[in-house]
Amino acid sequence: MEAAAAAAAGTGCGPGSPLLLSDGEQQCYSELFARCAGTASGGPGSGPPEAARAAPGAATAAAGPVADLFRASQLPAETLHQITELCGAKRVGYFGPTQFYVALKLIAAAQSGLPVRIESIKCELPLPRFMISKTEGEIRFGNSAELHGTKVQIPYVISEKNTFKRMDDEDKQQETQSPTMSPLASPPSSPPHYQRVPLSHGYSKLRSSTEQMHPAPYEARQPLVQPEGSSSGSQGAKPPRHQASLIRSFSVEREPQDNNSNYPEEPWRITEEQREYYVNQFRSLQPDPGSFISGSVAKNFFTKSKLSIPELSYIWELSDADCDGALTLPEFCAAFHLIVARKNGYPLPDTLPPTLQPEYLQAAFPKTKWECTLFDSYSDSMPANQQPHDLNWMEKLSINDMTDFPVPTQDMTGNDKQALKSTTDEALPKDMSENPATPKESNSLKARPRSRSYSSTSIEEAMKRGEDPPTPPPRPQKTHSRASSLDLNKVFQPSVPATKSGLLPPPPALPPRPCPSQSEQGFEAELHPQLSRAPSQAAESSPTKKDIPYSQPPSKPIRRKLRPENQAAENQEPSATAGGPASAATVKPHPTVQKQSSKQKKAIQTAIRKNKEANAVLARLNSELQQQLKEVHQERIALENQLEQLRPVTVL
Amino acid sequence: MAVCVAVIAKENYPLYIRSVPTENELKFHYMVHTSLDVVDEKISAMGKALVDQRELYLGLLYPTEDYKVYGYVTNSKVKFVMVVDSSNPALRDNEIRSMFRKLHNSYTDVMCNPFYNPGDRIQSRAFDSMVTSMMIQVC
Repeated sequence: MEAAAAAAAGTGCGPGSPLLLSDGEQQCYSELFARCAGTASGGPGSGPPEAARAAPGAATAAAGPVADLFRASQLPAETLHQITELCGAKRVGYFGPTQFYVALKLIAAAQSGLPVRIESIKCELPLPRFMISKTEGEIRFGNSAELHGTKVQIPYVISEKNTFKRMDDEDKQQETQSPTMSPLASPPSSPPHYQRVPLSHGYSKLRSSTEQMHPAPYEARQPLVQPEGSSSGSQGAKPPRHQASLIRSFSVEREPQDNNSNYPEEPWRITEEQREYYVNQFRSLQPDPGSFISGSVAKNFFTKSKLSIPELSYIWELSDADCDGALTLPEFCAAFHLIVARKNGYPLPDTLPPTLQPEYLQAAFPKTKWECTLFDSYSDSMPANQQPHDLNWMEKLSINDMTDFPVPTQDMTGNDKQALKSTTDEALPKDMSENPATPKESNSLKARPRSRSYSSTSIEEAMKRGEDPPTPPPRPQKTHSRASSLDLNKVFQPSVPATKSGLLPPPPALPPRPCPSQSEQGFEAELHPQLSRAPSQAAESSPTKKDIPYSQPPSKPIRRKLRPENQAAENQEPSATAGGPASAATVKPHPTVQKQSSKQKKAIQTAIRKNKEANAVLARLNSELQQQLKEVHQERIALENQLEQLRPVTVL
Repeated sequence: MAVCVAVIAKENYPLYIRSVPTENELKFHYMVHTSLDVVDEKISAMGKALVDQRELYLGLLYPTEDYKVYGYVTNSKVKFVMVVDSSNPALRDNEIRSMFRKLHNSYTDVMCNPFYNPGDRIQSRAFDSMVTSMMIQVC
C-alpha cells in the first residue's frame, strides 16, 4: 500500500515530482490515514457526517479527523490552509491518500521551519509532529522511532487540560518506548500554548515518575475513547492518565474531562474528578473544608501555577465572588478551574461562567460531606442559603483572617457594628459552635449587606464591601444599629419559636413571648427596628429606618393583613418593651431548638421573613406618610395663624 | 456624570486616572494635580482630630468655569478626585457622595485581591467597569 500510495502521491502531486516517503514515513502516514478514514465513524466530536462521506472504503480520509489531526500539528491556521491547498485536497474535494500524504509531508516541513511548498517536501524531513489533544490515544511522531502504538488523537480544541494530558501521555509514551526523546520538543508554539513550555520543564523532571502514580491517583477516563487497539500496548494510557504536576507542590492534575462529551458548551464545567482534586488541594491548604483560604495562602498557592500576576489577579477577581479576600471551597474550585483552563490556553472569560458560580458549585456538588453535616447540625429550619448566608455575613463582617470566628466584630468599627457586636456576641458563639465553618459557601453573599450605614463612611475601610443591599434603603440613619442586631437575633432564633409552638400563636401582649420576633424585640428593648428587619443581611445594613416606633399604632391595621404570626409579632412590638426576661429565656432554648429540624420550620421561617420584610416596607412607608402629614398639619396651622392675623387688617 | 476620575495614593502619585476621552485630556490631569493641594489643605485642617471624626467626603474642592472638582479621602490617605461638568445643574451633593462611596467600595474590593500590591496601578476590570458606568452618564 505504501508503494502504491507513494506512486499515487507522486502522480497526484502538483508539479508532478514523485513523493518519496521513507519507510518510517510511509508506515506513519498509512496508519494516520487509516485512522482518519477508519475512525471517522467512531470519531468523537467529528460526527457522523464525515463518516458517511468517508464511508466508501478507506479511499478517503474524513475531513473531520483530518482537520483535527492537522490542528494537532500545532501549526497556525493559515499554514494549514496552505497545506490543504497545496496537497490538492481542495482541488479534488477530499483527502485521498495522495493528498493526505502530501499534506503530512508539508506539515513536517512546516514544523521544521521550511516554507510550505511542494519543493520542500522533496527533501528529507523528520516526521510531522502532532501533539496529543485528546485522550484516546496519542500520536507521537518523533525522530525516534516509536511508531507503534500511535493513534490519532482528535484534538479537543476546547477541552481543558489538553496540554497537560498530552504531556502526560507523551511522557508515558516516551518512557515506555524511548526514553531519549523529550516529548516536549516543543512544537512551533502556537500562541495559546505558549504556557505549555514551562510545563515541559516540570514534566521533564517528572518523567522518571510519570510511569508511577502521580500524587493524586486520578484516572482520566475519557468517555469517548477511540479504540485503542492493539498497537497501543505502550499506551496503557487510557486508564491511568495521571496528570503530572507542573511543579510538584502545585501538582496540577489533569482530570479527565467529562465535559468532553459536551465540549462545545462547557469548558467551564467541573467534573467530579476535578472537583475531588480541587477539594483535596483545598484541604491541603486548609484542613477545614468549610472554612476559607486566606488571601495570602491562596496567593502563594496559585503563584506556583506560573501564570502572570495580572492574570492571577483577574482570575481572583472573577472567582472571589464576595470580594472578601478569602476563598471558600466553591470559590477555590472556580479559581483553580480557571487557572487550569488558562494554562491550557483558554482565554479567560469576562464574567464568571454560570457553572463556576459558587451557588452552582455548591448545588452541583452537594455530596461533600461537610456541607451536609453542617447544615444538618444547624437546625436547618432555614433555607440553606438564607441562614448560612446570614451567618456567613456575620463572620465576614468580623473577620480578616477567617480562622477564628468567635472573635466576631473585631473589625467592625461603625456604630451599627458595635451594636451588632453586643447583641450578637451571645448568639454567635452558640451558632458558631454548631457550625464552625458553615456556610461560607453560601453565596448569596452578593446580597450581603454592605451594611455600613452610609453616613458613617469610616467603617467602610474595615468593611471591604460595597454593594448596595438588595432592599432599597430609605435613608441611612444610625438608629438601625439596634435593628440590625435584632435582625441577627431573629436570624439565629427563628427556630425557637417555631419549634415551641408550631405556628406562632398570637402571643399575649406582654413578656412571655414564645415568638422569636417578640423575644428579640424584648431582647433589644427596641421596638421598631424589628420592622425593618429584612431577614437577610440586607436588612441589617439597610438603613431601613426603624424609627417608626411611634407609628406603630397606625401601622397596625396594615399589618393585620399579614400573616397572623407577623401580626402578633408586630403587635407585640409597641407593648413589648419589657421583653428582657423573655428574650433571655428565648436565648437559652436556642441550643435545644436548633437540634430539631423540620421543613415546617423552614417554611414558616421563610414566610415569617417575607412578611417581616413586607412589614418593614409598609411601616416605613407609613412613617414617612405620617411625617408628611404632620408637616402638612403644621403648615396648615401656620397658614391659619397668618390668616387670623391678617384678617382684622383686611376687614378694617 | 464624572468627566474624570482619579485615585491618588498616599504619596500623591496616581494609582488610577481616567477621563472621558476628549481632545485635551491633559487638562484634566492638571486639574487633578492641582486639586491635591486643596485636599492636603483640607486634611491638615482637621488633621489633629482623630481619623474617625474626620469626614471622608471633602466636598467641592474648587470650581472652575467649566468644571467642578470634588474630593474624598480614605482612612489610609488614598484620595479620590472627581472632576464633573459644571453644566449639569442637577448634580447634587448626595449624588457625588454616592459616587464616591461606590468608588471607595470598588477600591476596597481591589485591595482585597491578594495579587494586588498596594501602590500598584489599579488594573482591575471590575473597577474599570464601575468607573466607566459613572462616566458614561455624562454622555
